[in-house]
Amino acid sequence: MNAEQAIRSLEADYIKTDLPEIYVGDTIRVGVSIQEGGKERIQPYEGTVIAKRGGGINAAITVRRVFQGVGVERVFLVHAPLIASIKVLRRGKARRAKLYYLRDRVGKATRLKQRFDRSL
Amino acid sequence: MTQIFDEEGNAVPVTVIQAGPCIVTQVKTAKTDGYTAVQIGYDNVSEKALTKPELGHLAKAGATPVRHLKEYRVAQTEEFEPGQNVTAERFEPGQLVDVTGTSIGKGFSGNQKRHNFRRGPMSHGSKNHRLPGSIGPGTTPGRVYPGKKMAGQLGNKQVTTRKLQVVKIDAENNLLVIKGAIPGKPGGLLSIAPTNVVG
Repeated sequence: MNAEQAIRSLEADYIKTDLPEIYVGDTIRVGVSIQEGGKERIQPYEGTVIAKRGGGINAAITVRRVFQGVGVERVFLVHAPLIASIKVLRRGKARRAKLYYLRDRVGKATRLKQRFDRSL
Repeated sequence: MTQIFDEEGNAVPVTVIQAGPCIVTQVKTAKTDGYTAVQIGYDNVSEKALTKPELGHLAKAGATPVRHLKEYRVAQTEEFEPGQNVTAERFEPGQLVDVTGTSIGKGFSGNQKRHNFRRGPMSHGSKNHRLPGSIGPGTTPGRVYPGKKMAGQLGNKQVTTRKLQVVKIDAENNLLVIKGAIPGKPGGLLSIAPTNVVG
């Protein structure tokens, strides 16, 4: 067993296989499980994917939304057990890999065109 | 290195180590050697790769030809006998271990890289960019103090990282999963032992 195989076999236990395909520009809803006073509940977080980084078990997405006029960006490790679900709501058309320019825009300018050639 | 997730859902950075299978090649007892220790071997090779004296030493223990031998001091030698296998199962999750290896060699390095010195100004007429500066007083004492930090070989020496936690064990493939980074490059030879607690 070489090093590559050893690491992949270890990661295999943690990698989720039921994740949807996520692209930069998509609008997604992430179900984040939260422990609250001994109880566990799922809190949805909705926003636009403005960046993807890492591969395999390290894969992470940055999801941006504007909440009460304040921009919020959260980075999720998509294979983390605390991420209960990820649902793609809308496919957006993006011409670059990182949509950091959205940080400098407000209101209508933050909209992305919808694309229909990718299924939800 | 990679990362896995613990029960609370935190990402834990881990290193995967091929730990064995090792074989006991000699058991030293107080009666025969004056101290108690166990010598284990790792990395199977063909007989051709070893010398006759080495093969003779291994044949005495009934061990297969191995590249590396290392001795570990143990208090009790009863549980070891020559020819016995030493596997990753000797460790348990949560245990603290010391990992010794050869650090990555950086060659002959200057003070900025080797001792975290500050560099001089790069412009405004300065020619002192990465020079070491003064290395001490003048006529008195008339020598450079021992231990003065200077340029020289960096890395490629034995380094021990202490108190690393064993996160997981794969007994089937003899893999140890240890939290954090360990010395050296991928493929390097390591010595893993239970943490030596001083005092």
